[in-house]
Amino acid sequence: MAETAQYTPRTRLIITEATRPALRRFVRLHHDAGRGRTVLLAPERIVEPDEIAVDVLKLCDGSISLGAIAVELAKTYDAPELDIRADITDLLQDLADKGYIKDHSIGDDR
Amino acid sequence: MVMIDESTARAEIICANAPEGMLAELTHRCPLQCAYCSNPIELERVNHEMTTAEWKSVFTQAAEMGVLQIHLSGGEPTLRTDLEEIVAHTSALGLYSNLITAAVTIDRARLARLVDCGLDHVQISFQDADPENSNRIGNIKGGFDKKIAVAGWLAEMDVPLTVNAPMHRQNIDNLEAVIDLAERLGAIRLEVAHVQYYGWALKNRAALMPTYAQTMRSAEIVARAQERLKGIMGIDFVVPDYYALTPKPCMGGWASRFLNVTPSGKVLPCHAAESIAGLKFDNVRERRLRDIWMDSTAFNAFRGTEWMREPCRTCDRREIDFGGCRCQAFAVTGNAANADPACAKSSFNLGLVAMAEREAETAPPPFVYRRFQKAVV
Ligand code: SF4
Ligand code: SF4
Repeated sequence: MAETAQYTPRTRLIITEATRPALRRFVRLHHDAGRGRTVLLAPERIVEPDEIAVDVLKLCDGSISLGAIAVELAKTYDAPELDIRADITDLLQDLADKGYIKDHSIGDDR
Repeated sequence: MVMIDESTARAEIICANAPEGMLAELTHRCPLQCAYCSNPIELERVNHEMTTAEWKSVFTQAAEMGVLQIHLSGGEPTLRTDLEEIVAHTSALGLYSNLITAAVTIDRARLARLVDCGLDHVQISFQDADPENSNRIGNIKGGFDKKIAVAGWLAEMDVPLTVNAPMHRQNIDNLEAVIDLAERLGAIRLEVAHVQYYGWALKNRAALMPTYAQTMRSAEIVARAQERLKGIMGIDFVVPDYYALTPKPCMGGWASRFLNVTPSGKVLPCHAAESIAGLKFDNVRERRLRDIWMDSTAFNAFRGTEWMREPCRTCDRREIDFGGCRCQAFAVTGNAANADPACAKSSFNLGLVAMAEREAETAPPPFVYRRFQKAVV
């Protein structure tokens, strides 16, 4: 098969404080007006993030790191930064494992 | 004075209960002839297909009532020469579009045009990882190589790919190779779906039914691959429910989250619903989509749990699996309101399992390939 020649195995994206997360091009944060909620539209899936997760995802534009997002949201919610950072890491790792997240800090910016 | 806008109030009610997904069977024409196809035996002919304008109106109505994702399917949807116009229309409506294709009738330029029109995701079916067997199962020469080429173009265009691999006794021993193939093609998802028996698949059940041992082995292979490929490729596994103790849930319940429009505009609660004799299906050429969703007899026939009889009526799983599959209940027991015979509580279950084992252990009969029936007036 022709494609085997250039094949390089893919690896799992591990989310850390330094990750500059963004949604992959084919995943859309969509305001579902009819049902009064925000959803993620993805291949064969509709994910319903809670309000805090929506706030996180709005900041995931590839320009700032997860650490910086945690600082910002800790202020907004007046909550301990460490807790927020742990929550965001879990959320984004889960979405990364579904293939929805890219990391601009490692040049993955498609 | 406060004016109550009844149409708005009604629209809100509909939205809260509206389906999130819609399967649009744009055509029943297909270059492949897979014996496991879930399309009805009576395929709809090209001269009955809806026009571009009719399909566009269906998508507009769907978006208005709250549908979020559309699955462009068939038959083979790329045989519609107006597919670009349809995709552009759904994209303008904000719908998330998924093209479900066999990928043997599309070239690079057309794929690029569809992506430009806003196509979000593509699902390609593979009949096997072995080219020869794949072409044999779909009854098409050279199909496999074309699929590989299309998958390559998708990777270049950064369009997400799901590989769909319907499994049965004639390819199940190649499951590991199928998983490897999907991984190499860069798929973000793989669906390993044991064939469900209605439509053409029911006609071919003896040629398709795997043994219990093969089935269990496939579950183990998938579980190992899911672990190994975590974060790289998701694998969804549809178990063959003839060998399970509880049935596969009917997706969120009949007429609860999903609807299907056929090439000629019939609206079905599920893609196999026409196999249930006696149900009457309304057509978007005659009624608005939302009215069909809300009021049609076929949609209301098995909505909720009121229609259930024993053993489902008093079962604590009735809102988990919704009594399983109506189509399978009808196919095996003759009454769609019975429990799915794949359920161990069904009085038909023992007979079903024995029959499956018997069929799986006998040499497979030749395929009855999916074709248009002759002599239709
Ligand atoms: S009736 Fe059967 S085929 Fe139809 S949606 Fe329910 S489970 Fe699926
Ligand atoms: S009895 Fe009915 S509701 Fe209960 S598990 Fe079986 S099919 Fe599901």
